[in-house]
Amino acid sequence: MRIVVCLKQIIDPELPSSQFKIDPGSKRQQPNGHPLVISPYDENALELALQLRDQTAGHVTVLSVGQSSAVSALRKGVAMGADEAALISDPALEGSDAFGIAAALAQGIQKLGPPDLVLCGCESGDWADRIIGPILAEALGIPCVTYVARAEKHNGHVRAQRVVEEGYEIWEVTPPLLLTILSHESNVPRYPKVKDIMTASRRPISTWSLSDIGLDTGHVGNAVTRVEIQELTLPTRESRCEFLEGEPGGQVASLITKLREKKVI
Amino acid sequence: MGGIFVFAKVENGVPSRSTLELLGGAQKIAAGLEEPVTAGLLGQGDAALLYAYGVETVYRVDHPLLKEYQADLHLLALERIGRTAEPRVILLPGDSLGRDLAGRLAFRLQTGIVTEVIDIDVHPSEKSLRFTRQAYGGKAIAAIVPKAFPVVATLKPRTFDPAARAGDRTGTEIPVEAPLDGAQAGTRLVERVQEETTGVKLEDAQVVISGGRGLGGPEGFDLLVELARVLKGAVGSSRAATDAGWVPSSMQVGQTGKTVSPDLYIAVGISGATQHVAGISGAKTIVAINTDPEASIFKVAHLGIVGDYKAILPPLIARCRELVGG
Ligand SMILES: Cc1cc2nc3c(=O)[nH]c(=O)nc-3n(C[C@H](O)[C@H](O)[C@H](O)COP(=O)(O)OP(=O)(O)OC[C@H]3O[C@@H](n4cnc5c(N)ncnc54)[C@H](O)[C@@H]3O)c2cc1C
Ligand SMILES: Cc1cc2nc3c(=O)[nH]c(=O)nc-3n(C[C@H](O)[C@H](O)[C@H](O)COP(=O)(O)OP(=O)(O)OC[C@H]3O[C@@H](n4cnc5c(N)ncnc54)[C@H](O)[C@@H]3O)c2cc1C
Repeated sequence: MRIVVCLKQIIDPELPSSQFKIDPGSKRQQPNGHPLVISPYDENALELALQLRDQTAGHVTVLSVGQSSAVSALRKGVAMGADEAALISDPALEGSDAFGIAAALAQGIQKLGPPDLVLCGCESGDWADRIIGPILAEALGIPCVTYVARAEKHNGHVRAQRVVEEGYEIWEVTPPLLLTILSHESNVPRYPKVKDIMTASRRPISTWSLSDIGLDTGHVGNAVTRVEIQELTLPTRESRCEFLEGEPGGQVASLITKLREKKVI
Repeated sequence: MGGIFVFAKVENGVPSRSTLELLGGAQKIAAGLEEPVTAGLLGQGDAALLYAYGVETVYRVDHPLLKEYQADLHLLALERIGRTAEPRVILLPGDSLGRDLAGRLAFRLQTGIVTEVIDIDVHPSEKSLRFTRQAYGGKAIAAIVPKAFPVVATLKPRTFDPAARAGDRTGTEIPVEAPLDGAQAGTRLVERVQEETTGVKLEDAQVVISGGRGLGGPEGFDLLVELARVLKGAVGSSRAATDAGWVPSSMQVGQTGKTVSPDLYIAVGISGATQHVAGISGAKTIVAINTDPEASIFKVAHLGIVGDYKAILPPLIARCRELVGG
């Protein structure tokens, strides 16, 4: 099974709000030297890919669109166990919206050769548009199942558990297909071994420009975005917490009184 | 042609809750844009139910293959309707359906898309649209303007007020032909499984009690279920608790999980990451129980108890039980 996992490198999304600053010019988060990580659900996607590969045979490629810094995300992917990695990086990609990014991913995947399975995170840790996976599936002309908690091979098909409001659904799909992956106890990302981190750090990572993947610059960049980010601001938050003091019995008694005053119980 | 198009669903003789929220969003901008509200229906739901909320035109694809949800077939029908109606805005729910279809629809219509919208405004003189959404896990708010039309927008669930009935109105129904064929379905449903712990739907519950990593294990949730039963509420969780496999994913509250808007939200052993808080902005009263007085959850809570949940919950359950006379 040939699997491609799309990895996005982002600023650590678990940083506390107090350290979050906006760059008003670019309308993006100020990097300020904060750690760069693989967007969390992409690591779950990679873990699933490695498990599927290890069950039988196969080949896992990690693919990213980004700046040269994203090489470190791909190296981590290799250290976790990916067989191959490629970065698509080109100044023309700057300012691209989801359609530009998805077009680049689609061309990169074509260059790698036809996959059986493409995995994306269900949503990124920064913009969380939730659309790269579905748009990429359209661009590749393959079926797509979103918000998948687990997936397995089943008689030449893939069975995917899609989380919905009421519970979950099991969908069966014949490859090639694309899944967007949710975190689940079955896909907790493995920690790479020190030895594998060392080996990965010496691995050359292919870096492709738009011309390397055969994508015209007219499909990407700020000039062709279909929406525009007009403004990025900090939400207003006022702290208003009333702490209930005392021993547990007293705290509970105060809580009950307050909740009855508010008529919520 | 213009118009604000809502992808509608009627179930058991009423528009679904998410449809009413979409209609609420549509009503908010219809006057400013001076454009009508239109809707799409798949299957046989009664269009009059939508006219009563001010919908002027209903586009319908009625086909036996649309009875059960299947992404590719629903998308083909929706694409057909979109091309026929040629609206200015297409509103879809930001739930599992919108997450499945919105991006693909925008791709096919070669147009712009904004997801998880929490507010929409119309510029009074220019009549241009502006969407508001969260970004960076709720740490920032983005204002987004469309450059291509029809713009597809998904509305974050439980964020827009449901539409009010507009009184007795009639409208026009336009049948739309969609030549569907089972072979166009790239995925096949094997099984659909419902998960519920207290019999009350999390999204609808007036009381929600959620647990996080601080519960230390799945057993901690037994106390939450007990309290929820007494208060006729539902149990939710943080991502850390679902990731650990303590509770099913459908119980997760937050950016990836569900948005809830109860009168009372009790967060137990949850640190209050912005991605969790993104799911509870509609809660009227938030109570936090956490051992760490510095936990971020106390920045959004109205009432806070610094303490171990194992010491707090048993007396709380006992007192609530006395109150409800159980
Ligand atoms: C007008 C406009 C200009 C923008 N300019 C920039 C810009 O200059 N720089 C910038 O960083 N962002 C920019 N953005 C944001 C960027 O376009 C979004 O990040 C993009 O739409 C992808 O969406 P998402 O990150 O929300 O991913 P989602 O739609 O939430 O998809 C998630 C999944 O898709 C995959 N994925 C997403 N992005 C990548 C990637 N780059 N490489 C590999 N896999 C990926 C991953 O598997 C990820 O988990 C811009 C957005 C707009 C609207
Ligand atoms: C893209 C993305 C999407 C996300 N979506 C979601 C989402 O939908 N929902 C969500 O919840 N998170 C989401 N997250 C994760 C989020 O950032 C946090 O990691 C997560 O919410 C932490 O869960 P937690 O509060 O249970 O755990 P922790 O942060 O570990 O907090 C546990 C808390 O329990 C307290 N505690 C410990 N022992 C006790 C005790 N005995 N009694 C009382 N308190 C105790 C601790 O003081 C601590 O504050 C998302 C993250 C990303 C990047």
